[in-house]
Order: sequence, then structure tokens, then C-alpha cells
Amino acid sequence: MALDRWIAFIILCVALAYAYAAFFTMDQLLPPFMQRNPIWPSTFPKVLSVLAILASLVILLGLEKPAGETAEPDIDYRRLTEYHLIPALALLALMVAYALLLRPAGFLLSTVGFLTLGAVILGERKLYILLPVALTATGIVWYLVEQVLGIFLRPLPIFL
Amino acid sequence: MLEGLLIGLQTALSLQNLLMVIAGCLIGTFIGMLPGLGPMSIIAIMIPIAISMGDPSAALILLAGVYYGAIFGGSTSSILLNAPGVAGTVASSFDGYPMARQGKAGKALTIAAISSFAGGTIGAILLMVFAPALSSVALLFHSAEYFALMVVGLSAIAAFAGTGQVAKALLMTILGLIMATVGEGALFNMPRFTMGIMDLQSGFGFITLAMAMFALPEALFLVLKKREMSGDSGKIDNLRISGAEARQIAPVIGRQSLQGFFIGVLPGAGATIASFLGYAVERNIATKEEQEEFGKGSIKGLAAPETANNAACTGSFVPLLTLGIPGSGTTAILLGALIALNVTPGPRLMIDEPQVFWAVIMSMFIGNLVLLILNLPLIPYIAKVLSIPRNYLIPFILFFTLMGAYIGQNNATELLILVGFGVCATALKFADYPLAPLLIGFILGGMMENNFARSMQLYDGMGFILDRPMTLALLVIALLLVVVPSYRARRARARQAGVAEGD
Repeated sequence: MALDRWIAFIILCVALAYAYAAFFTMDQLLPPFMQRNPIWPSTFPKVLSVLAILASLVILLGLEKPAGETAEPDIDYRRLTEYHLIPALALLALMVAYALLLRPAGFLLSTVGFLTLGAVILGERKLYILLPVALTATGIVWYLVEQVLGIFLRPLPIFL
Repeated sequence: MLEGLLIGLQTALSLQNLLMVIAGCLIGTFIGMLPGLGPMSIIAIMIPIAISMGDPSAALILLAGVYYGAIFGGSTSSILLNAPGVAGTVASSFDGYPMARQGKAGKALTIAAISSFAGGTIGAILLMVFAPALSSVALLFHSAEYFALMVVGLSAIAAFAGTGQVAKALLMTILGLIMATVGEGALFNMPRFTMGIMDLQSGFGFITLAMAMFALPEALFLVLKKREMSGDSGKIDNLRISGAEARQIAPVIGRQSLQGFFIGVLPGAGATIASFLGYAVERNIATKEEQEEFGKGSIKGLAAPETANNAACTGSFVPLLTLGIPGSGTTAILLGALIALNVTPGPRLMIDEPQVFWAVIMSMFIGNLVLLILNLPLIPYIAKVLSIPRNYLIPFILFFTLMGAYIGQNNATELLILVGFGVCATALKFADYPLAPLLIGFILGGMMENNFARSMQLYDGMGFILDRPMTLALLVIALLLVVVPSYRARRARARQAGVAEGD
């Protein structure tokens, strides 16, 4: 089964769960006075869930066939390992790490780390250029966000 | 209208807003030039900055400047490197790149700049004429018509998605609508589908979603597919074009400004479709000798898509400003930004906030002028940005998406949601699902449900569909928009298979 149909299947499962929630769990919570309304909080979701199930079934069952040959995709997922998969995954992991470290480690440290490591992952080795660039950029962004936009970002690690 | 013009001019000519236009155009040109980064990701990255400025006119002026700057910048990389930064400028590379290969890069860039300027300016004039007219009609609309209109808009987006893609675009739209129902709706004061998670109480963040849908997958694609960005652009000189050449492209520019504008007005059809269609139309109506030139460096073939895509960008502002319904991913992001600034675009915008409406239109003229002035003499220097090593570029793009999501919500959990959605969006992109409908559905979802609920309450049930002929007509159009393309595709297949089918 092709990836687009797998995705349609996943969306179908999500839509079914959503439909279950909309049809069977929401209306009991409704206060009696609202039950006289022509529209309930669950009305719109019910309509949407039915439409979503129908649309995902159309894709899953392949009812709509592509006309003619499809264009060459930008990236062929079947040969994903032939692309630069490891740097991409490493960058994703780095983003997660950044999200988790932003508060405890402070903005300045985590951002310099993110920019430097990100470039290193992509194959940059000239640290004597990279580090000054990362430091300057971090400083400028911190100044803009903190001073110009007025949004607080903890600059230093939590223990300082 | 004159009064409006003056209000707009007054707002747009303030020092702050002039700076915004210039900054927007510059940022847009710079980033739009980088292959693989489209206007949507740039605007998504710029939104937190625009929102935190607090002034809706300035924010919209900045974002609009980024938008047409990005389209212009995209054409530069199309011409010089054959690596379009933006889907809307792919058609520009058909003739622009051959011109650059023949050593006429300077001339190609000049033609691109002039065509873009003309397309954008004529588009802005048309916008000035049509938007007030359309919005005075739209003032007659009730919530029922609004609901129906949004259904039409969303199904048009699905219908224009292309053959074999209608169901996918439709599914993405519905998914966007479903995501919009998460959290506490304005109408019911009860949390829905939050699964008891506190962070979902206020729904998904629009900026986070916009970044995850556009900026992150594009950046990841850049990593996965190492594209050579340091192409040899050669020397860019001889920017002049001759009088004969100007006479040759003038009618093309005239035709394509009109055509591009009206294509841009249609929901779902944006700069990309306009530029391809403009190229095809001009090739078909050209003389035999000129047709031979197309694809080998024809100046007409370059002027057509360049004019059309800029006119279409301007045209896409018509439904946004008059109906409050975005027709493309980019205008959907602009709508989200406006809502965050407490301005609701729609027919009331011109009455309630005329300065926003007219300032944006005026700034379009100024922006186009800025682009022309900046780009004609400076383009050889600006093109140097193409040689920034990607090792530096990509971490910065990722960092700005993270920062944008963080500034919007001031919450580190948002960053994890961003990465999660980004991975999902990349998978969807692998499988050729269009992502813009999801965001448009998400942004329209809340408004659509509110209008639906209001008309249900007014008519005490579904009666509004039959009671109001305009609503019914719009809903029928919406249905036809979805059904007809798939029916025609089916019939075309049947014909291919040699099966006759009655008409």
C-alpha cells in the first residue's frame, strides 16, 4: 500500500475516534437549557467527522485515480535512505533538545548551542567562523526579542 | 473613494509604514531568493514580529511587502540558477534561465523587474476598483451566506488542486476544520476534544501550525535533498532593454496583468496557476516565429509569467479584504495575523477600519516602486545572497521557526507541538498531500462554525438553506466544484479506455 493510502488510513482512524467523541460522549455533558438550542457544540463536529470519514475512504479505496502519469516527486519517500536522512533526523532531535533546554539552560546558551551544532550536523567544520556568527546572531535576536518586542526570555541558565 | 485614497496615503506615507514597506520588500526579496523557501514560510516566520508591533496597518503592510518581495526574489533565483525559490516563479525559469545562459542575465532581470512592477501596479489599481464594489455587495450577506461562501471557498481550493488530487485536498481541508474545533469555542464556552490536556484548552496555535506546515517541511526538504545552491550566476551586466523589446512585451504585460489578477481573485488559484496559464496563453497567441523562441530565451515568455504572478498576488487580496475569506495559503496566514491583531477582514473592514484597507492598497504601489528602485540597480549585489552556504542558512531557518512559535505562545511545550506537527506535515508532503488547504481550513474553521451556528439559531434549524436562495445557490456551486472535476476525470479515463459514454 502506498504512503498516501496509509496516511488516509491513519486519518480515517483519527476521524473515527473524533466521530465517536462527537456522537457519543459530548451530548451527555450538555446542560438541559442548551438542549433546546437548534445547534449543539457537537453539531458541527458531527458533520465534519462524517465528511472526513467519507473523504479518507475515497483515498483509501483508491476511488479517485490520478489522471495520466504523475509528475516526478520532489523527494521519493520509497528511497528515503538515499537522501541525507541522518542529518535531517539529527536536526529534528536537536530541535526537541532545544525545546526542552530553552527554559533550564537559558536562551543564550541553548541558542548558541543550537546554531553551532546545527551547522556542525550539516557538515560545517570551520568553528572559528561559526562560533562568532552564532554568538553575534544570538545576541542580536536576544536584544530584539527582549528589548524591542518586550518579551521576556531567560538569558542565563537557571542556576545563575 | 478619494477620501479613502487620501486616508490610505496618509497612513502609508508615515515614516514607520514606509520603513515597513522597505523592510518587507527587502526581507522578502532576500529570503524569497533562496531556493526552496516559499513566501508562506517567510511570512509564517515574520508573523510574530508583525503581531508584536500591535498596529494592524503596519503589520499588514510589512507582510504584504514580504509577500511580493518573495515573489520577486523567487524570480531572481529562477533566472540565475534555474532553481525557483517559489512555485509561482517556476514558469519564469522556462525562458529566464536560457536568457541567463546566453549571457543576457541582466536583461532578463530587468524584464522581470519591469513586468513584476507593471503586474503589481495594474493589479493594485484593479484591486482599488473592484474591492469596494465587491465589499458593498458583501455587506448584504447574512451569516447564512457567509457560511455558504466559506464552503464555496474551501471547495474551490479543493477543486483547483488538480486532477487526482481533489480528494486529498478535500481531506486536508476537513482535517484543518477538525483541528479548529479543538479547544474552547467562542460560542459554547465549553472545551471540546482537548482530551483533558491543559495546553489544548485554547486550541492549537495558529502560528505554530503555519510554521509546522510550511517552514519546517521546506527546511527539512532542503536538508534531505542537497541541492547545489552555489550555481555560477556569471556576471550580471547590461541591464538595459531596447525600445523594440519594450514594445514587444508591452501588450503581454497588459494582457497578463488582467488575466493574472482575475485568476488571483479566484479562491485556490494563486500565483502559480496564473504564471503557468499566462505562459501557455502567450505562447499560443504568439506568431509562429515567436513560438519557436519560447523556451529558448523569449522575452515574451519571461514577461508573461512574471507579470501574471505579481498581478495574481495582488488579486488574492480581493477576497481577503472584502469577504474575509482567504483564497490561498499566504492570504490565510495574513488573515490569521489580522485576527490576532483584533481586525476582522471582511466587508465591514472598509467602513470600520478604512485606514487599514486603504493603507494596504497604497503601500502596494509604494512597495512595487521600492522593489523596482531597489532591484534594478542593486540586483547584482542582492544576488550575492545566493552564495550563503546552506550549512549556516538551515540552522537559522529552523531557529527562526522555533523562535516564532515560542514568541507566539511563550511556552516551551509549543515547540514540541511544532516539531511533532512538522514531522507529520513532512510525511504528508512526501505523500503528495497539499498542505495549504489544511491551514486555510484551520483558519476558517472557527468563523465557519460561528456563522453556521448563528444561522441555525436564527432559523431554528437547517431551514436557512432553503429559505435563502443565495445560500442554496452558493452551496450548490460548492458541490458542483467538488463533483465536476472528478466526474470529468472519470469520463476522460473512460474515453481513454475506449468506452463510449453518453453526454
